[in-house]
Amino acid sequence: MPTTHHVAHFEDLAKQGHAARLGMWLFLGSEALLFSGLFTLYAAYRNEYTSDFAAGAQLTNLPLGTIMTAVLLVSSFFMAFALATARQERSRVSIAALATTFLLGIVFLGLKATEYTMHFRDGIFPGAYYTGPLGERHGVVLFFTLYYIMTGLHALHVIGGLVLVGWLARRTRRGDFGEAWSTPLELGGLYWHFVDIIWLFLWPLFYLLR
Amino acid sequence: MTTTASPRPPAPAHVETKNYLNAETTFRSWATTTDHKRIGVLFLAGVTLSAMLGGTFALLLRLELLTPEADVMTAMTYNRLFTLHGVVMVWLFMIPAIPGAFGNFMVPLMIGARDVAFPRLNLASFYFYLSGALLVIAGAIAGGADTGWTFYPPYSAQTPTALVPVLAGVFVLGISSTMTGLNFIVTIHTLRTAGMTWWRLPLFVWAIYATSIILVLATPVLGLSLLLVAIDHAFALGVFNPAHGGDPILYQHLFWFYSHPAVYIMILPAMGVISEVVPAFSRKNVFSYRGIVIASVGIALVGFLTWGHHMFTSGMSAFDSGAFGVLSMFVAIFSAIKVFTWVGTLYRGRITLSTPLLYFFGFLFLFAFGGMTGVALASTSLDVHWHDTYFIVAHFHFIMVGGTMMGFMAGLHFWFPKMFGRLYSQRLSAVVALLAISGFILTFTPQFLLGNAGMPRRYHTYPAEYQPLNIISTIGSWAIGAGLLIGLLYLLVALWRGKPAGSNPWNLLGLEWSISSPPPPHNFEEPPKVWQEPYDYWRARND
Repeated sequence: MPTTHHVAHFEDLAKQGHAARLGMWLFLGSEALLFSGLFTLYAAYRNEYTSDFAAGAQLTNLPLGTIMTAVLLVSSFFMAFALATARQERSRVSIAALATTFLLGIVFLGLKATEYTMHFRDGIFPGAYYTGPLGERHGVVLFFTLYYIMTGLHALHVIGGLVLVGWLARRTRRGDFGEAWSTPLELGGLYWHFVDIIWLFLWPLFYLLR
Repeated sequence: MTTTASPRPPAPAHVETKNYLNAETTFRSWATTTDHKRIGVLFLAGVTLSAMLGGTFALLLRLELLTPEADVMTAMTYNRLFTLHGVVMVWLFMIPAIPGAFGNFMVPLMIGARDVAFPRLNLASFYFYLSGALLVIAGAIAGGADTGWTFYPPYSAQTPTALVPVLAGVFVLGISSTMTGLNFIVTIHTLRTAGMTWWRLPLFVWAIYATSIILVLATPVLGLSLLLVAIDHAFALGVFNPAHGGDPILYQHLFWFYSHPAVYIMILPAMGVISEVVPAFSRKNVFSYRGIVIASVGIALVGFLTWGHHMFTSGMSAFDSGAFGVLSMFVAIFSAIKVFTWVGTLYRGRITLSTPLLYFFGFLFLFAFGGMTGVALASTSLDVHWHDTYFIVAHFHFIMVGGTMMGFMAGLHFWFPKMFGRLYSQRLSAVVALLAISGFILTFTPQFLLGNAGMPRRYHTYPAEYQPLNIISTIGSWAIGAGLLIGLLYLLVALWRGKPAGSNPWNLLGLEWSISSPPPPHNFEEPPKVWQEPYDYWRARND
């Protein structure tokens, strides 16, 4: 029933899909600019406090960070799988894939919360509240202030993504998506991959560059 | 706007045609509307109220500056007032004014569409605007902000004023303008009617397109920077605080990366309005259509590379200053292309001295002088002398405020008959236009001289020798205030008892003039077809 998705002010469904896709890419562009300010700050401060930043990165949990990266990448695979199967009218498989994506997102947030808790135990708090190791070095404290702001903003995006995936799963169950119309699923996937890609930059900056 | 759905009185003898205003009249129908025309009207009401608020702050500031001593307010009150004046005028009036009101209303009509691409997002952007405005006003009531509209750290991390609600308000307003920009870009890409190719787009649509690119790309950076300042203020994280190893100059870079392009968010739509008004009232083809298009997009792109000229005195290397200075001058080249195109369009045209065209003359004067002082300011050696003086205040009020205000007033008088189907008094509006324009020149010309003589900005007292010029400036501000207030009054009267405008009162060629005024709820009965370039008055004359 492709006509039911068609909104009157668009000539046809193809044009409507094109508009939605363009809108999503523009939104992702503005999201990238939102994070770009933070990446700029990171670059400037890393340039100013090179050795402090390297020392700060020693204090994050590399194995945990790597597992989180793997979890997100696998979740992205299932997101793409959900779209492909929906287009083949295999909606049950598609729902299962979305549910897996959702679960992996929860796992990611759980690991992130675990890592935050471990930091808090060591006294690693942002800004003036920092009582952890090497606290006398400004660069280390700034490193963790940026760490909390950037991973925190990323985690908020993951939570937004979970809401989106849940909504898409509900619509898939209702039988909204199929060969003729799967744009919302495709755009939801774009957003999920975008959040994933942001993490792929955070991982080296906060865990690998020691 | 009526608030009840009471049964209507029996229809009068002359039956009004069904239009977007009378199709539904309940409060609910306005509050939940997704019609781009109604959302445009809502924005028009919002930005008009904001301009009155920001204007009141300005009049109070000028009143204090009438004499060298502190008369009506303390230094703290003065600091709060100039901060709120800036915040309200920049984010509640100038940025959303023309795109929100006229962009929403006219762009779909001009490209022959039934609505914008995402009507619900459009309504959401209005509610974000409203929430942002309420947050800013709540902050103002809770103690205001005294940092200036730039919120520079480290002071903004320490100020005792209610900075967080104001910053949150500006952040929310940023979301609103990102939504608006995104919507326009997609609309212009996907909803042009048959035959409306890119090179046949009306110039106002091009201007809104260029503006939208800046809105989508620059606003998120501002939102983020303000968020960091708010966090610094509320939780002392010290991202920009030198006491914690942070660097306040980095904030300035991030802030101006948005806020310099924001100047073009304000002026490009005004230029778009002017590009509609000039051919309309000289009844001639635009002198160089492509020149204006390329200049609009050029300004949008180069505008991203000039932010450093706000920071010449903040400790920037000589090479960087020189580079930013030269890049800034590129903007002047694009602007000059536009000015020459408008003047070339007027040349040997059949000129009607209508009110919108009078505002164009005001625009031209303010823009040319504001622009030339801008080139002077982009030279680093001169900037060191003028930095933080009234010369800067006069410069940006000429070019940014004057340009936007004149463009807004020109657009309001140009499209009022289309939006509301009524005519206003031509003679009264012309007199008021002259009053407001001369008031503007009277207010800010003395400030160039004051700044050059060394009067610093942002103080509520000053040495006595600056008083004569300050008196002239304050009198000028009263003329602007009176002009704009009378303007509002006669337009409100015209809404209620103005003569019917007819579908095409100025006798123009654009699609928006081919439908009745006020436009019907769904704009066009059939998707219109476009056969020719816009503004082809030569052919219209020969046919």
